[in-house]
Amino acid sequence: MPDKNVHVPALEVHDLTVSYLRRPVLYGVDFAVPSGRLVGIVGPNGAGKSTLIKSIMGLVPSSGGWAKVFGQPVKEQITRVGYVPQRESVDWDFPVNVMDVVLMGCYGRIGLIRRTGRAEQAKARAALDKVGMLPYAGRQISNLSGGQQQRVFIARALAQESELYLMDEPFAGVDAATEAAIITLMKEMRDAGKTVIVVHHDLATAREYFDMLLLLNMRVVAFGETGEVFTGELLQQTYGGRLTVLSEIADKLAKEGS
Amino acid sequence: MTDFVPARYFTPLLAAFFFLMFAGDAAAARIGELVQTDPWQQMRRFFTFSDPGLRLGLIGALLFGATCGLLGSFIVVRKMALIGDAISHAVLPGVALGFLWSMDKDPLAILVGATIAGLTGSLVVELIQRTTKIKQDAALGIVLASFFAVGLCLIRMIQNNNGASKITGLKSYLFGDIAVLDRQDILTITAVVIITVLLVVLLYRPLLTIGFDREFAYSIGLPVKLLDGIFQLFLAFSIVVALQAVGVVLVSALLITPAAAAYLLVNRMHHMLWVASAIGMLSAVLGVFFSFLGSNLPTGPFMVLGASSVFLVAYLFAPRHGRVTRWLRHRSRRRDVSNENTLKSIYRILEQGAANGAGNVVQIDKLAGERRVSKAELLTDLRRLRRIGAVDLIAQGRDVMLTDAGLQRARRVVRNHRLWEVYLTNEAAYASNHVHDDAEKIEHFLSEEKVAEIEHQLDYPEVDPHGKPIPGRIGA
Repeated sequence: MPDKNVHVPALEVHDLTVSYLRRPVLYGVDFAVPSGRLVGIVGPNGAGKSTLIKSIMGLVPSSGGWAKVFGQPVKEQITRVGYVPQRESVDWDFPVNVMDVVLMGCYGRIGLIRRTGRAEQAKARAALDKVGMLPYAGRQISNLSGGQQQRVFIARALAQESELYLMDEPFAGVDAATEAAIITLMKEMRDAGKTVIVVHHDLATAREYFDMLLLLNMRVVAFGETGEVFTGELLQQTYGGRLTVLSEIADKLAKEGS
Repeated sequence: MTDFVPARYFTPLLAAFFFLMFAGDAAAARIGELVQTDPWQQMRRFFTFSDPGLRLGLIGALLFGATCGLLGSFIVVRKMALIGDAISHAVLPGVALGFLWSMDKDPLAILVGATIAGLTGSLVVELIQRTTKIKQDAALGIVLASFFAVGLCLIRMIQNNNGASKITGLKSYLFGDIAVLDRQDILTITAVVIITVLLVVLLYRPLLTIGFDREFAYSIGLPVKLLDGIFQLFLAFSIVVALQAVGVVLVSALLITPAAAAYLLVNRMHHMLWVASAIGMLSAVLGVFFSFLGSNLPTGPFMVLGASSVFLVAYLFAPRHGRVTRWLRHRSRRRDVSNENTLKSIYRILEQGAANGAGNVVQIDKLAGERRVSKAELLTDLRRLRRIGAVDLIAQGRDVMLTDAGLQRARRVVRNHRLWEVYLTNEAAYASNHVHDDAEKIEHFLSEEKVAEIEHQLDYPEVDPHGKPIPGRIGA
């Protein structure tokens, strides 16, 4: 289904650099994701995977470069982007139930003061149904398993009705059934024309899950179709020890700067 | 999602408010100025609201009790309790400066001064965090103490320069004295309370989202920093208006304790707001009551003790997590298990007896042997079972007979036990001599739906792994 957006990348990142306490954690990241693709971001611990999507969302300040969504700055397209934070980033003893959390997905569109109505309730219920959590709508969130918590987060993202999704480690610490359900759902979303970008920690499944891969280790090692970039040499470059020099220099910069 | 609708709840409050405002005057005296009186007479004076000072105090207490509960709820769920404490200490120099500026206890000047000081305090905390590696707790500790120290110095300076005449009001900011509230103070408090309630009602959803998941709130474009700023501003306002009655040192307790008690009692944020503000009002009124009863006692400590008592009650008796509630629940579960085990033993004996052609009556001595308990213990169990109509004691208490209800329940437990043994042997590949102990526990907790599911999955077995029949099957 061609439309005027077909040639505008869903996400374009140009020369994005992020530093934390003067220590660079991402160097000049460049890549562009066409719309309607399912993309995995993989790399070792500390490679800056979460930092990358946080800085695209503007949650972490960048020290250079930019990110554009459908050709415009993220801030202006905020309702077209859905962000799914790591499950551990919130307090699951917070006094809300599953429905309350999913309804939060609608708050970006309805404005600060307006209340949620039937339309939002229906959207939230549909989203819960898609992740198989509708029977749990009234359940207090502290009584959910890890996999159920992740499903609730995905449902909240679905209720946002965005076109581009950035998900931070949605498969971390979830049961096999949930992982299978989520990947099926992601593929459905992609087939419906959405673009889904996922931070992923498990190389073993990365090849079968994603259309495209971004190999990241403080910089982009490779970006392209999974079949082309999932090679021993590139993975060795991503996970191997060749980048020690880069990280040593980063340490040195941090020390001199302070 | 149910919204936070304050109308039905503030109507009675407003009625109380007007009643207190316009109730007839009796012997006019401020609460603090009362000399020794009979406590009964004091209590009568309290409940007839005939003392104008007391009426103002009660209005003030109800109002800031409610706001403290509202804002405190957000503070507790966002783990910001220390911030509330720091702001409440940091406002003291502002109080003194407001006093110096107007050279009187002008509530507006003091409100402005204190709010500015409070916000400056939280800005300094942020500055320290952002520019050093010092974390929030230490930064709060530094700011809290140094602002408080400056405030203490300023107050002493004002006292030295002005003599004692005007200072009585200022002193109350340290430990709290509800008797110093005058009509103008009450108007200031009312204004702050109305705006705070409006704020919480209108911005409930965004505040909830920020509290639960800050990053997500940013990601959907909510003005997180602006909302944080507004919240802190109103937090500072509320602290300042409660300050005179409760005192700098204890005001944060009135923010945190009622909200923490509410957090133990309920599970949804909007319920927590209701309950916390009710507890806040109750604590504040209790404080006024006790300080009125024993004249000249400070109000603040009594309010805080009131809140702490409510918290203690919540800690012990909260419906799901209260310590006592849990203990009762465990005890009743233990009794259920023991009941079911006794019924099961009776059933087993009857089952063996049926093979030998015996009746449906079991000797208590035999049952005690089967259960491996003393006769006295068994009789306690059996009396409990008789009370719930599961057994009858016959033959002068030497024999026991199952009633229909008891038989049904016994069959259910035995069914659960044997079915679970089959399940473990077939599906989980347990050895058949290992399954009994597990089934002993599980038999008491299997729901009827689970049983139906297991029966279906096992294709409706008729005997357990030891060859004994499974009674009372759902699918039979």
